[in-house]
Amino acid sequence: MRSRYFDNISWVSLILGILRIVILVLIVVGAYNTLSSGKYSAEAWVGLIASGLAQGSIYALIALGYTLVYGILLMINFAHGEIFMAGAMTASFLANSFARSGFLNQSPVLAIFILLCFAGLVSASIAILLERIAYRPLRGSPRLVPLITAIGASFFLQYTFRGLYGSGFQSYPGTVDALKGNLTIGSLQTPITLTQVFVFFCAFALMMALYWLVERTKIGMAMRAVSENKEVAALMGINIDRIIVITFALGGFLAGAAGVINGIYRPQGVFFRMGFFPGVKAFTAAVLGGIGSVPGAMLGGLFLGLVESLGPNLVLEGLGIPGANQLKDAIAFTMLVLVLIFRPQGILGERLAEKKA
Amino acid sequence: MKKKSYLLVALLLLLGLILTACGGNSSSGDTTGNTGTGGDTTTGDTTAPLTCSDAIGCVEVGPDDPILIAYMLTISGATAFLGEDSRGGIEIAIADRGGKLLGHDISLTGEDTLCNAEGGQAAATKIAANTSIVGIIGTSCSSEARAALPTISGAGLVMISPSNTAPGLTNDDPATEGTWQPGYYRTAHNDLFQGRVAAEFAYNELGARTAATIHDGSPYADGLRKVFEDVFKELGGEITYAGAVNVGETNMSSVLTDIAANAPDIIYFPIFEPEGNFIAEQSGDFAALSNTKLMGADGLLSASFPEATGAAAIGMYLSGPAVSGDAYSAFLTKWDARFGGAPPSGFHAHAYDATNMLLDAIEKVAQVGADGTILIGRQALRDALTATANFNGLTGVLTCNATGDCATGEALAIYQVTEAEVSGGNWPPPIVWQP
Repeated sequence: MRSRYFDNISWVSLILGILRIVILVLIVVGAYNTLSSGKYSAEAWVGLIASGLAQGSIYALIALGYTLVYGILLMINFAHGEIFMAGAMTASFLANSFARSGFLNQSPVLAIFILLCFAGLVSASIAILLERIAYRPLRGSPRLVPLITAIGASFFLQYTFRGLYGSGFQSYPGTVDALKGNLTIGSLQTPITLTQVFVFFCAFALMMALYWLVERTKIGMAMRAVSENKEVAALMGINIDRIIVITFALGGFLAGAAGVINGIYRPQGVFFRMGFFPGVKAFTAAVLGGIGSVPGAMLGGLFLGLVESLGPNLVLEGLGIPGANQLKDAIAFTMLVLVLIFRPQGILGERLAEKKA
Repeated sequence: MKKKSYLLVALLLLLGLILTACGGNSSSGDTTGNTGTGGDTTTGDTTAPLTCSDAIGCVEVGPDDPILIAYMLTISGATAFLGEDSRGGIEIAIADRGGKLLGHDISLTGEDTLCNAEGGQAAATKIAANTSIVGIIGTSCSSEARAALPTISGAGLVMISPSNTAPGLTNDDPATEGTWQPGYYRTAHNDLFQGRVAAEFAYNELGARTAATIHDGSPYADGLRKVFEDVFKELGGEITYAGAVNVGETNMSSVLTDIAANAPDIIYFPIFEPEGNFIAEQSGDFAALSNTKLMGADGLLSASFPEATGAAAIGMYLSGPAVSGDAYSAFLTKWDARFGGAPPSGFHAHAYDATNMLLDAIEKVAQVGADGTILIGRQALRDALTATANFNGLTGVLTCNATGDCATGEALAIYQVTEAEVSGGNWPPPIVWQP
């Protein structure tokens, strides 16, 4: 019995099993060491979690664009980070003029709403153009072709915006008066800043709106139908092209809004290459959560933000690794590799093979 | 199966993108250069009676050809202000001579070096391939110089940097991380001096006893914080944290949480925009850091830094070059007339001096033929530059040593950012201390 049991286990799964245990042990030992050293106060942890969630919700908003497009076209739109950059850069000029005229501080809610819509519309129109010009003519060609095109489009957008706005840094106006200071519950001042609360809820509201749109409206139903099976959806009278355009526009709108939210949270460093890293991280988040799944992208983004924020201080430092916070990106991409090894469909992903092969 | 390979290719592409994002354009292949084959490619008059007896070859400039000078500066992306600042200085130096040297036009060409090692290497390969280039003004960043120098030196060229400050670049002892090679000179101050000034100011003038340092992995920042740490400890201070952030990072909470766990008197982060802005701004979110002073170096000494950072930058200290005098005022007037406004960073005067040093040296060593052809010996040009002594430049009196350090380090100061720079318009900030 026993020997037959072992015969059935391949070397690969044995190694993977050991890897799984080693990683778990490393995480537990690292976390235990850090926590027992008592270097960080409770406030420090709350602060890290808050900044991780805020960063994560921005990743999640961008990740939704990847996941929506993948769900329908089964292509990865690598130019999505640039769509985020386009909205962020263009809206920074409007934000600064709002700040100069005092409008931003007088009625922050309306001003930020206008900014979100403006950036969203800019990004959505760029996403629509991108689909129309770069992707639609290639629909039906081998799947690597649009992927490479997306990379070309990404460089094209970067350098177009460099030409338009210059290679220097723009920045958003500093913190809005209404968002200054920290969150206080009763008389207790938490280390969570109001900006972080704003980022989190703003992103949450947008994600809920999208979820409602996809799950509860006719357009959403059509989108889901197209993602199930394009031919059958077309036979049912759904205009495939229109649905694809809407999908790109939705993803673009969220990315543009994320650009403004990011600008309010991290005002500096708005320039033509700013979309690259958030884009890659959001792609990671989308794969982590299960690419093609809308709740998966949200969860993946938050999860990635948290891991990035807590990982260096909690785990790596406890293991005695020097320069821990420099390894933030390494943690993010290690997560990606681990997820692809142990759960290729992602946290909330469906098995691709069953559905869309 | 198909799906899997698709994902694999997607991941590979992603990896490729990450690599190129850090690199821009990497160089390929043959980089060791063509030693000593300088003179024979220009379209000169073959009847010229000049002969080249230089050990590593000559540049021949035909009667109607311009004298070609190249720049290797970072003129796009995050650090473009640094390169544009230097390029302006070079252009003004050339314009001051009416654009002519020995009766030939001076022509300026150049490559973007992107402020990273790959960019420096790629630019060096391109420039070394053009054998009619006489000399180079560059590079902007120390990381570029380190990568470019073997190629540039191997090609027999000279390179004078207006803004490289890493100590190792003018140190010829590999045992102590020296990377100097023949042909390299700089008019910028050595960071052995800048780091010392910063540490002495922090310890003696601000009364700081504990300090944290942050670098970004670049030789510039890494070298500077090392000098700062050494001098600070030597004076009796304690370093509570020495760490680094990644270029491109926006969320500094993890490094700042680490620092705040043991709050120091001063945080020294000699890095660039925008990471420097993020650290300055986000340190305000930590109650434990409310009494901690912030200090940066010349990498952050640009008008855009306080404007973008906002109120969080008020009171922050920045070390950097401080040039003054009548000649400098006249230079600023020329800058305003030519480009409008004030120079965007602090190394324009160094670039101006570097260009003049190079042009003077060319004038000194060039052999002029009867028909106007000139022949410039590459080794002779190096010797002439090394022999530069008591050169009266905007940045002081320059005398080069055997390993290319020409600046004396006298033109340094500590600035403090005030309200006026943050709200825009005023630049540079007031000088609070000069050694």
